[in-house]
Amino acid sequence: MAQMTMIQAITDAMRNELKNNEDVLVFGEDVGQNGGVFRATEGLQKEFGEERVFDTPLAESGIGGLAIGLGLTGFRPVMEIQFFGFLFEVFDSVAGQMNRMRYRTGGKLTSPITVRSPFGGGVKTPEMHADSLEGLVAQTPGLKVVIPSTPYDAKGLLISAIRDNDPVVFLEHMKLYRSFRAEVPEEEYTIPLGKADIKREGKDLTIVTYGAMVHSSLKAAEELEKEGIDVEVIDLMTISPLDIDTIIASVEKTNRAIVVQEAQKQAGIAANVVAEITERSILSLEAPVLRVAAPDTIYPFAAAEDAWLPDYKGIIETAKKVINF
Amino acid sequence: MSTKTLAQVEEQFETFQILNEEGEVVNEAAMPELSDENLQEIMRRMVYTRIWDQRAISLNRQGRLGFYAPVAGQEASMLGSQFALDKDDWILPGYRDIPQIVFHGLPLHQAFLWSRGHFAGSQFPDGLNILFPQIIIGAQIIQTAGVALGLKRKGKNNIAITYTGDGGASQGDFYEGMNFAGAYNAPAVFIVQNNRFAISVPVEKQSAAKTIAQKAVAAGIEGIQVDGMDVLAVYSATKQARERALAGEGPTLIETMTYRYGPHTMAGDDPTRYRSSDLDDEWTKKDPLVRFRKFLEKKGLWTEEKENEVVEKAKEDIKEAMKQADSAPKQKVTDLIGFMFEDLPHNLREQMEEYTAKESK
Ligand SMILES: Cc1ncc(C[n+]2csc(CCOP(=O)(O)OP(=O)(O)O)c2C)c(N)n1
Repeated sequence: MAQMTMIQAITDAMRNELKNNEDVLVFGEDVGQNGGVFRATEGLQKEFGEERVFDTPLAESGIGGLAIGLGLTGFRPVMEIQFFGFLFEVFDSVAGQMNRMRYRTGGKLTSPITVRSPFGGGVKTPEMHADSLEGLVAQTPGLKVVIPSTPYDAKGLLISAIRDNDPVVFLEHMKLYRSFRAEVPEEEYTIPLGKADIKREGKDLTIVTYGAMVHSSLKAAEELEKEGIDVEVIDLMTISPLDIDTIIASVEKTNRAIVVQEAQKQAGIAANVVAEITERSILSLEAPVLRVAAPDTIYPFAAAEDAWLPDYKGIIETAKKVINF
Repeated sequence: MSTKTLAQVEEQFETFQILNEEGEVVNEAAMPELSDENLQEIMRRMVYTRIWDQRAISLNRQGRLGFYAPVAGQEASMLGSQFALDKDDWILPGYRDIPQIVFHGLPLHQAFLWSRGHFAGSQFPDGLNILFPQIIIGAQIIQTAGVALGLKRKGKNNIAITYTGDGGASQGDFYEGMNFAGAYNAPAVFIVQNNRFAISVPVEKQSAAKTIAQKAVAAGIEGIQVDGMDVLAVYSATKQARERALAGEGPTLIETMTYRYGPHTMAGDDPTRYRSSDLDDEWTKKDPLVRFRKFLEKKGLWTEEKENEVVEKAKEDIKEAMKQADSAPKQKVTDLIGFMFEDLPHNLREQMEEYTAKESK
């Protein structure tokens, strides 16, 4: 097996699908010769040609519309939004158009599109690059929203996303792109969309989380273990639709839960997870389900990022509140 | 028939130039009325900006500055247009257009704080009619139509000017901005700095249009392509556009043909992946500073000594501004929470308490 960073695993998934199906097209700003501003599409244009992997003019709305049109004519577009903060420029295509194609045509037409985009804090980008806007798309019916936390998951989930016949928003946390390597099989494999992964088993408390916060949660769990608290960490991987079964089974085992997200408290999807848990398992709860999230401000200026982003210490604090309730 | 019409339209968009690469006046009739002091001041600003750009790049490499988008090569385009403005005109810049707002009145240390992502960089002095560098490409262009209409309705004798790049001219907002300003006959000037690349994508791949200036035609506004390495041509085109706007003759789109010598930004862009050294060399020959220096030297208005004075002054100012930026108080989360609304709602009141406690530890 190869050791890969998350970004290499993502490139590998696209390469696999470009090879596998000639209707797969990869396009966006700077994805061609430049190989993407993060090098996620590195080498793909050289390997598959300009017809398959190409630069677009600088217009996100145009990119979204192009994807819809290509999808209608038999292609499988993998479009890149260079940074997810630019989602607003293409929001109509993503959240107003591609998500309803199947619905409004009674299943006659679909949008087999993958929308790839980097997001996430801690890398000190300028405004509108890092914002956690996943809640906006996760609240939109007709979209699947995937956020991997490891190289292995990224490859398997991205292949599934590209093969999915419905639109999938695939969000890549910038801080995870190159922060570590892990074993990733060179051959193809898929990980089903809509399924969560238990990244750590435990019996005292469930942490439900996704993206970069999976790693902060695992770190918090290690620390809590030293104090005799046995934490289960669920990585949602797909934040819409939620894998309710995995969440509920875990909460019914541990009787306590917290939800951790990097997004502001009023954004992200923690509120939805809390609602699902209370609706389905209130009687198994020994304490309220608490949230760890960023404060409800606009995403902060770079100089305040470190203080603003949730971290493992905040997770430990909240976990203890729930344990000692 | 339609191909013919297109060709006829495109033919009208020749590049307007006053100074050639040798610093010779090739268009005497178009020479703007500028005093010797004005001419020297324009040179001073260009030299100052070149030094600042070099320093900013090295400060960025040392990790002492944050986000930075190099400007060398674009001095004539940036500063020639800014010099044509009245101090009460509004500037709505893109992320690269920091020199224009600094020469409009933004203290240098605030530009550095903005670069570092410190919000004190955005608390600019009262009465300074600028917006902060826009990150969303195109957003500033539609806002410019709004500011321009506002200025007109309030009876002000001022214009709004905005900047984007060749890539920015592909955004829907670009067309909407021009169209709105045209429809309301608002005093707006739209500058597209065509530095040939949008990060890595060459302008030939942005659009099938031969010029960006011709895009004004569809909006029914004036459009002109200018040699963006010729500061007098840029100044003169902007000055005229401003006067036309104030005379109620509508907005203008100005395309300045220019080049950025550096990478797109300092955040890991490698221009050798998409730009040939031949192209770099070709554009180095057109350098706006060299050209204008030759012009001024011939008139006896510029010397090596003068140039050195400017270089020293720039270095001094930058050092001072960095010191000032370094002494800004550490950015706190409570500051940010405090600026969310006039009155804090319940959620933010709670979070304010929480972070006040954390920050006092
Ligand atoms: C809406 C939006 N899309 C994409 C980007 C990312 N981006 C930043 S600069 C840039 C290229 C801009 O090129 P151009 O408009 O020609 O201006 P230049 O940087 O060359 O001055 C891109 C794609 C952005 N900031 N905003």
